[in-house]
Amino acid sequence: MQILEVGVAGTMESSDIMVRIEPKDTEGIELTLESSVGQQYGPQIRRVILETLRSLGVTKAKVDAVDKGALDCAIEARVSVAAFRAARRDDYQWKTKGAEA
Amino acid sequence: MKQLRRTMLFVPGNNPGMLRDAHIYGSDCIMFDLEDSVSIREKDAARFLVYKSLTTFSYGNKELVVRINSLDSKLGLDDLEAIVRAQPHVIRLPKTETPEDVTQCEREIERIEKETGIPVGKTRMMAAIESAKGVLNARDIALSSKRLIGIALGAEDYVTDLKTFRTADGIELLFARSMIVNAARAAGIDAIDTVYSDINNEEGLIRETTLIRTLGFDGKSVINPRQIPPVHKVFTPTQKDIQKALAVMGAIKEANSRGSGVISLNGKMIDKPVAERAQYVIELARAARVPMQED
Repeated sequence: MQILEVGVAGTMESSDIMVRIEPKDTEGIELTLESSVGQQYGPQIRRVILETLRSLGVTKAKVDAVDKGALDCAIEARVSVAAFRAARRDDYQWKTKGAEA
Repeated sequence: MKQLRRTMLFVPGNNPGMLRDAHIYGSDCIMFDLEDSVSIREKDAARFLVYKSLTTFSYGNKELVVRINSLDSKLGLDDLEAIVRAQPHVIRLPKTETPEDVTQCEREIERIEKETGIPVGKTRMMAAIESAKGVLNARDIALSSKRLIGIALGAEDYVTDLKTFRTADGIELLFARSMIVNAARAAGIDAIDTVYSDINNEEGLIRETTLIRTLGFDGKSVINPRQIPPVHKVFTPTQKDIQKALAVMGAIKEANSRGSGVISLNGKMIDKPVAERAQYVIELARAARVPMQED
């Protein structure tokens, strides 16, 4: 998935995460994370963000995330929406519950 | 056991904290909303969040309902593509005006079920009626699909369509409520009342809930967890109701054991409707897990 423009998703409310994805010329993900629970969960949040981008096939992007204590599923949702918006795409591949893996 | 639908808690689809916590407040049903509580720019985000929540969290024994956007726009179809796959119990169709609205939605659900291997018919539906046209078609709407578990009144749009406004005693909704509850009963499905939007007025909520219970409704939509206990209290049989119902059932049992066709309790005849009402009180009490001595 190619990032074409700035895509933002999420809010600054408690239990949410705000994700901003923008194009980057060189390969790799440049991730900046600010989190109210970063001390304890920073590595886990980074892992979920990077894994979600990898599963979407995003290989070049600059990502800024401000986390307010979001759970993994909310992080995945916000990162996915920001990426789809930034790629100007809406061809989501929904998987049937029980067969998501 | 009867599925209780005394309360259906509305949860805005774009709020991760509320989606996570929705099951802890004790409502019988949770309705994740993709429609009116989500701004047009955030429809994709809410759809993703609700999909993720439904495929991630366990909501215990709650009946899970998702209100999709109208199928008049692409949004409604996009919602179905995601949400049917996430398998909530019920898809709620907004602004239903004709039986064709229901059958159109049903066709799309069935297509997705077939594409994904979900058993056809597993996804149930409910229809919200929110206009004069919908109210007048309530009977045909209620009978339009075997997937329907209930029909609901959406009062804000309805009173606007009627060129009137909400009042404390709800006289403006009497016709719509009566139509909807009769249509639901004729179809053998549930009738769910509209929200009570003044969350700080518990007395008004109890008054309105008592009214709609008397009219025959099975439950009410609620917009704040604080509204759940008062609504449950109105809809749950009291110990006095239960004792009376148990006495009726006991008298029937005793008459049957004597081979007598005539049943009476404290000098009053018990006929079929009295017995059916008693049976229903006991079913409700059991479903609500009210303690009772049955024998």
